[in-house]
Amino acid sequence: MARQTTTGQRALVTLVAWGIGILISFPIIWTVLTSFKTEATAIASPPVWFNFDWTLQNYIDVNTRSDYARYFMNSVVISIGSTLLGLAIAIPAAWSMAFQPTKNTKNVLMWMLSTKMMPAVGVLVPVYLGLRSMGLLDTRTALVIIMMLMNLPIIVWMLFTYFREIPGEILEAARMDGANLRNEIIYVLTPMAVPGIASTMLLNVILAWNEAFWTLNLTTTNAAPLTAFIASFSSPQGLFYAKLSAASTMAIAPILILGWFSQKQLVRGLTFGAVK
Amino acid sequence: MATQRAHKAARLMISPSVILLLAWMIIPLGTTIYFSFLRYNILTPPASWTGFENYYYFLTDPAFIPALVNTLVLVLGVLAITTIGGILLALLLNMEFWGQGIVRILVISPFFVMPTVSALVWKNMFMNPVNGLFAHLFRAFGLQPVDFLSTLPLLSIVIMVAWAWLPFATLILLTALQSLDSEQMEAAEMDGAGWLSRFFYLTLPHLTRSITVVVLIQTIFLLAVFAEIYVTTAGGPGYASTNIPFLIYNLSLKQFDAGMGAAGGVIAVIIANIVAFFLMRAVGKNLEL
Repeated sequence: MARQTTTGQRALVTLVAWGIGILISFPIIWTVLTSFKTEATAIASPPVWFNFDWTLQNYIDVNTRSDYARYFMNSVVISIGSTLLGLAIAIPAAWSMAFQPTKNTKNVLMWMLSTKMMPAVGVLVPVYLGLRSMGLLDTRTALVIIMMLMNLPIIVWMLFTYFREIPGEILEAARMDGANLRNEIIYVLTPMAVPGIASTMLLNVILAWNEAFWTLNLTTTNAAPLTAFIASFSSPQGLFYAKLSAASTMAIAPILILGWFSQKQLVRGLTFGAVK
Repeated sequence: MATQRAHKAARLMISPSVILLLAWMIIPLGTTIYFSFLRYNILTPPASWTGFENYYYFLTDPAFIPALVNTLVLVLGVLAITTIGGILLALLLNMEFWGQGIVRILVISPFFVMPTVSALVWKNMFMNPVNGLFAHLFRAFGLQPVDFLSTLPLLSIVIMVAWAWLPFATLILLTALQSLDSEQMEAAEMDGAGWLSRFFYLTLPHLTRSITVVVLIQTIFLLAVFAEIYVTTAGGPGYASTNIPFLIYNLSLKQFDAGMGAAGGVIAVIIANIVAFFLMRAVGKNLEL
């Protein structure tokens, strides 16, 4: 809004907004702070804020005493693998629906979204037993496929939303100017489609990284990603606040940073362009 | 023009997505429906046909009604907090102040925290009755610390989940606010419309569509809340924080009763479809394709 505000007003709003911002993100800030404390300082009463001896010991401990690297790799493989697989299947579908819409397109899209309404828990038992009989329980392969299926409707929708905004006239203009199909794809379509594909990819990596229902129920040790690794801290013997904080910080940091960069796309992507 | 060929190519390009989703919908769902008519313990097969017995036992299970009520309280509670809180926060963040970019990042951050991390951080570092920050806070004011997860389990879960979803609502509503026509606002102000009437007659109607989207997307995810309960209360004490997903998980993978778990699954699908029916209609109206 372009209305004028006085400096006084602005200072007041600044104070309130910062206060609320810090309050909301406080659990994250506190976790990161705690991850640099010793276990004794972490549970000190009254709480210690900044004046403690900062240590990296918790990070070292989490890395040496547990298989942190393997959980991390599982998270990377599952989230990136399912996203790439999903993109490979969804790009052609979204492409043709955006450029060759039929009277069925809207119904197909609505139906795809409706599969997202099917509660995962409703199909847990057969999926679990099916994977068990195929020997795929606790494998990355199973999780890549399931995560891809879970997110496929969202991938198709997001890509469709982005592709639809590529104006058809541009293609016609390129054709008029004598571009052949190859040049049309390389020089006209791809540059306009890549940002949408990249945003879709980013968002799906975030969704798959944080998904916990299937990872908790279908993995035990081999294919367990960070969501399941962190959940293992809920057992009483895992109750070390500083180490829990270090493990948590390492689990959320990559996605947090990715999320900060993709906040604009997040709105468009998750609302299918309905909110601008 | 080779329309015929183009149509054929289009169908060919859509088919992998359609076939996969169709299979993903039909195979597990069909199997769930089939299992729901079996007396089937995962540990001691074989299974035998029982008709509607599983449904009867599931619906009369002492945990079912509490789980249904908890599910509704969880969904509606979080929706209320995030929508109202999101509108207020969006209005605040839409004002002019120093450091908007950083505050925005601070506010949206919880959305990217994986549910198991957020649940454990809330449980241990905030709600723990001995070492949690809330306990310190209570003691600092001379009050008795509250054991949130055992005395107020459902409220604790609502707080955790609302914390995770408030950023999402705020972000969507803020984006919508930024497209509000400021000239219209100024005109209304010139005409003497007060803050409240400007909010109710201009801002809120402008936000309707984005509120619909927030409610739709959150409902999909909130009906399925699982990890937060799994790592904090495990549904307890008693059934105080058991929702439908957790109840079904408990029946099928903890008590190994695949038949009854499947019957619960079918009921969860029916509930979700009733909700979805209304939501999809609202969205179909609000999204022009």
